Amino acid sequence: MTKPSWFNRLSILFGFAFLYLPIVVLVIYSFNGSKLVTVWGGFSTQWYATVLSNPSIIEGAKVSFLVAAVSATAATILGTLAAVVMVRLRRFRGRALLNGMLLAPMVMPEVVMAVSMLLMFVTLGIDRGPLTITLAHTTFTLCFATVVLQSRLVELDPSLEEAARDLGCPPPKAFVSVALPNMVPAIVSAWLLSFTLSLDDLVISSFTTGPGASTLPMKIYSQIKFGVTPEINAISTIILGIVVLGLVAAQLVSRRSEQKASVA
Amino acid sequence: MSTVATSFEKANWGKRLLIAIPYAWLLVLFLAPFALVAGISLSTVRLGMPPFEPLTAWDGSILNLRLNFENFLYVLTDDTYLLAYLTSLKIAAISTAAMLLIAYPLAYGIASCAPSSRSLLVFLVIVPFWSSMLIRVYSWMSILRNDGLLNALLLKLGLIAEPLRILNTETAIYIGIIYTYLPFMVLPIYSNLSSADKTLIEAARDLGCSRISAFWRVTFPLSLPGVLAGCALVFIPVVGEFVIPDLLGGADTQMIGRAIWLEFFNNRDWPMAAAVTIVLMALLVVPIVYFQSRQSRERT
Repeated sequence: MTKPSWFNRLSILFGFAFLYLPIVVLVIYSFNGSKLVTVWGGFSTQWYATVLSNPSIIEGAKVSFLVAAVSATAATILGTLAAVVMVRLRRFRGRALLNGMLLAPMVMPEVVMAVSMLLMFVTLGIDRGPLTITLAHTTFTLCFATVVLQSRLVELDPSLEEAARDLGCPPPKAFVSVALPNMVPAIVSAWLLSFTLSLDDLVISSFTTGPGASTLPMKIYSQIKFGVTPEINAISTIILGIVVLGLVAAQLVSRRSEQKASVA
Repeated sequence: MSTVATSFEKANWGKRLLIAIPYAWLLVLFLAPFALVAGISLSTVRLGMPPFEPLTAWDGSILNLRLNFENFLYVLTDDTYLLAYLTSLKIAAISTAAMLLIAYPLAYGIASCAPSSRSLLVFLVIVPFWSSMLIRVYSWMSILRNDGLLNALLLKLGLIAEPLRILNTETAIYIGIIYTYLPFMVLPIYSNLSSADKTLIEAARDLGCSRISAFWRVTFPLSLPGVLAGCALVFIPVVGEFVIPDLLGGADTQMIGRAIWLEFFNNRDWPMAAAVTIVLMALLVVPIVYFQSRQSRERT
């Protein structure tokens, strides 16, 4: 595997064409003046204007962003604790169960988690709305955050922390002042991953919400059910833009800190 | 001596607290809810909120426990549910296999590139995974419709005389699933291939193996753990998939995730939906346990 052969190049080309063609189509047609998908009616930003003046969409976006920000923060904090527990504490009773609970949501069909959390909230008598969506999102994004943080924590050189401890630093303080700063890129990407997963979720939100609170995907979903409209292309392009910007920013943050680490 | 003991004890309490926080969260919001689903699947539907009868009732000093197995009997004997389970398993199996055929060459291709371009290519695989799944499924709707882009293109090229019906068929479900879950298949295979020991392949080549037989006898068998991880990561969630069959599939293809959704929101029969969920979990227990044991072995 020294040099990519023509076969390698071809499969890369085909793979990326498949991955990106639908997205490119979506973005292009968000600027289509015509309402029909097959007719190009000239360049227009009218669908963006329609979206931004649609109070229902704006309301949904507010709910979604609030839920995503709070649940991503909670998931990152809980995920950091879970990652520390799993990486640093090798032996304790119930470790296997915790590990199982941290891994299962990654593959569990969303519908299964959605049904079970709804029944939990109903049983506990918690009013369903933004709060229950946030609790549910924190739970299902927690495992993704933990995986990201865990893999970084494993790579971390333990000798630095050992040195701090040898110099009389208590272990928790050694962790906070030595290990934690090195985990900032992982923390940022764990937060961003949780945020986008929460922002994207339809199934779990639909089950765990109550009357009145609808997230952006729920609004988009009900619009799609009515039929394809160029408005949705515009919303989609806005969301894509935000996600790509966030990703590029995260990539730059981790690059820079890696360079810093390699210099130090 | 005593100060050592107290600081040791303090650290112990700190440790316990550290373990307890994520533990408690997951017990209450992940594990306990499953027990509830199991309990409610044995209940009877009723009007009101919550829309199911409690399992226990006091009759004077006697505690009555009523377990209603009718839902399970119904789920396991009713043709529509059986068909939905089988269809879901079939669609998940076929699309996992098809995805492997696309993902493996792509992952292999990326792994064969220079390290500097690799990270960019991996980034490009991740971007669609981060962007909204609903949006990506929707983009296929406008491509596959009767008056959509694909049909317009084929008509213009003169390949077909009238529009093909692709949207709202099983084909559209396959396209949607393969498209949406592809990154989950590519990434584990790529990370396995890129960390493979290249000297083994060189050794095989030196010993007279052709490029192709070196691939099938060395590279491919060594990459099987990545392949299996990718398959598990795709197969299990696809069995319960809701959005793709709902938006791209037709009325004649029922997948189990959609059946649960309809049972909940349209029929409002929560105990029945819970029973359908429990049977789904029973079907997926083996692959999930396999996935978990593999992942935790890899992590330790």
